[in-house]
Amino acid sequence: MSARLGLTTSFPIGSDADLAWARHQVRRAAAGLGFGLVEQTKLLTAASELARNTLVHGGGGRMELTVLDDGQARGLRLSCIDEGPGIRDIDLAMTDGYTTGGGLGLGLSGAKRLVQEFTLDSRPGQGTTVTVTQWLSALPVPRSGVL
Amino acid sequence: MTLRPAVSVPVLELGDVLLVTLREAPYDGAAEQLQDDLAHRIARRPVTGVVIDISAVEIVDSFLGRVLAEIAAGAHLMAARTVVTGMRPAVAITLVELGLILPGLRTALDVDSALALLGAASPARSPHPQEGVSCLPGSA
Repeated sequence: MSARLGLTTSFPIGSDADLAWARHQVRRAAAGLGFGLVEQTKLLTAASELARNTLVHGGGGRMELTVLDDGQARGLRLSCIDEGPGIRDIDLAMTDGYTTGGGLGLGLSGAKRLVQEFTLDSRPGQGTTVTVTQWLSALPVPRSGVL
Repeated sequence: MTLRPAVSVPVLELGDVLLVTLREAPYDGAAEQLQDDLAHRIARRPVTGVVIDISAVEIVDSFLGRVLAEIAAGAHLMAARTVVTGMRPAVAITLVELGLILPGLRTALDVDSALALLGAASPARSPHPQEGVSCLPGSA
């Protein structure tokens, strides 16, 4: 597995079949790194939310999956990248319940709660990249609950 | 969106209950097709309950969560009750953190409990002697 450290793989996000395939790849990578079942499920769910955003709002794009090693811990980084219309008001888009896609408005805000690191880069007219990272470590992380 | 998956989700009829077993998180198209299919089946014949078993489903994201909630809401408007069964612990933990607690959705730990729940709460329902009775809990 150490041979794959730092390697980035990329899959297209252009259909709901691609979403299923991307989820499958994330599951495989997370399980291979040794993430527990709950951590896998959270990461997989976040990936599903973000990949669907790429498909529905970004008009399709790709997902990149990278295995990380910072010397102390290993992790998995996922980026969902599109060249769609971008997000005009990021703060608004990150608000629970706000939606332009007819969904529940939990995609971005929910995905952020499910992972340890979350960055969103978007420019109107140029596209959106959302990157999330989950580290495999025993250290507790701050929680941001909704209830 | 570009592909409509050939694999649709099968719906079993157990007397006046419809039973759906999701084998894994269905494609978005298949989930929406299931919603449509269930609504039409409920309208066509007397259905008092819908049981959706998700014990094989690895993740429920906000899309699938919304489809489940909408199936339940639609069924409710047509006098049928929906019970989602078998949610995995990791899925439940993730849904809570995601903020998707689906307060309107009835759940049960397994299909037997769901059938008992539907049967027990509707004492006035008329049995269908040909097939209905044999499919109640205990026969599984």
